[in-house]
Amino acid sequence: MKNAVAAALLLLAVPAHADESQIQLREGPGRVLVQANCITCHSLDYIPMNSVFLDHAGWQKVVDKMIRVMGAPIRPEDVGPIVDYLAAAYGRPAG
Amino acid sequence: MTQRRQFLGSLAGIALAAPFGRLAGAAPAPSPGLPSGAVESGILAALPGKKPLIKRSFRAPNYETPLQYFDQLYTPNDAFFVRYHLSGIPRVDARSWRLRVGGAAAVAPREFSLDELRSGFEQVEVAAVAQCSGNRRGLYTPHVPGIQWSIGAMGNARWRGVRLRDVLARAGVRPGAVEVAFDGADTGVLAATPDLVKSLPVDKVLDEHTLVAFEMNGEPLPHWHGAPARLVVPGWTATYWVKHLASISILPAAFDGYWMKSAYRLPRAAFPGAAAFASQASESTTPITSMVVNSLVTNMVSGQRVAAGVPLEVRGIAWDGGHGIRRVEVAQSMDGPWMAARLGVDAGRFSWRQWQYSFRPGAQGSQRLLFRATSHAGETQGSQLVPNPAGYHHNLIQALDLVVG
Repeated sequence: MKNAVAAALLLLAVPAHADESQIQLREGPGRVLVQANCITCHSLDYIPMNSVFLDHAGWQKVVDKMIRVMGAPIRPEDVGPIVDYLAAAYGRPAG
Repeated sequence: MTQRRQFLGSLAGIALAAPFGRLAGAAPAPSPGLPSGAVESGILAALPGKKPLIKRSFRAPNYETPLQYFDQLYTPNDAFFVRYHLSGIPRVDARSWRLRVGGAAAVAPREFSLDELRSGFEQVEVAAVAQCSGNRRGLYTPHVPGIQWSIGAMGNARWRGVRLRDVLARAGVRPGAVEVAFDGADTGVLAATPDLVKSLPVDKVLDEHTLVAFEMNGEPLPHWHGAPARLVVPGWTATYWVKHLASISILPAAFDGYWMKSAYRLPRAAFPGAAAFASQASESTTPITSMVVNSLVTNMVSGQRVAAGVPLEVRGIAWDGGHGIRRVEVAQSMDGPWMAARLGVDAGRFSWRQWQYSFRPGAQGSQRLLFRATSHAGETQGSQLVPNPAGYHHNLIQALDLVVG
């Protein structure tokens, strides 16, 4: 009984929707590519968390690191659109 | 005057509204200094078995301890910060778990079960701060990419286990040993992702305080903190405190892996007070090692309203890389005078030290208090960041701005 009460309290303490499916990236060309690639290894909140302070070159460095260091199998033709999306939706203007 | 304003402007205006009583999943409290996107995405969320913490990322799980839990000597296990690089995190079965000890500079490889570790060695306990190298990265100016931590990627706990040097002695350390490498059970999703393997210089692994720990604050090590056993490296940043420890390799040369050679590096000589790691140093960079001296106010936040003339007690904590805290001082401006705060119980040089400062706010208006800690090595918090690409070692003097009236 005591355990049941404790279990009920525990359930109350668990926040609703506390999972990565609630993350909504901003609209924009390239969003589907970003979701499809990045989600393989990590939740998408890494992107808004690192905003807004990277410019286009900054996001390019991040994506390059994911490919060269972390081994992300991103197709070469998708890299440009992915970086463009990140810079447009989560980047600060250059200069 | 302009110069002075810039000077003060560089202080750590840690003004996190206290998240007391906020509901899980609620909108985050204002966190001045963090990137706007990190503020928006930093909701309170609970991992299984944990209290709601400030979620930085769901997967890999990175969760920060809210300020309220730092107003005590030891951080509760269920409120302790969680940090992982890689998303493949197995639930390790303690009964079938084996710790493998070997490597090219070991005399003979050995294996230990948890029972063998518990019963075959002298058990010791150490109170020590575990702090992520990037704690407060989110407060860096300019911002740098990475997990955008505020002040809570740290905790203080009593770690119980066995001395690493005793475990290594069973396998035998050859005279030519240079480093010892540690691998945990967590892995990347892709085979191509570098496995998180960390190494330590031989002098640090032979230090009597470096442990293979299986208890945390008197409980079996919880899953999110590295069950069934983890490395505890008192004084050094938590990147070395490998969780879910699986294998230990005694090596005749410097370990060559991404997480040592490329990640967790600092410009050489940027932090002259830090412990050396000569076998991993390059011409321009060196691995992060011991923590820098730091402090935090734990019972008040900037923007808080206080009554004129009514005595107040400001409480906080101070810690460093293992020399211990000599003093904590409080001033109303950088010009001083600096008044001594009263230090609390000494739980050992690797623990943080609580302190308190009694104070009567004067006339109505704004009241600024500055806080700085000094270690027994003479290292003191400063008012300028030491630039480094990954935003490590943020330990600026904290400014607490109160509203009187």
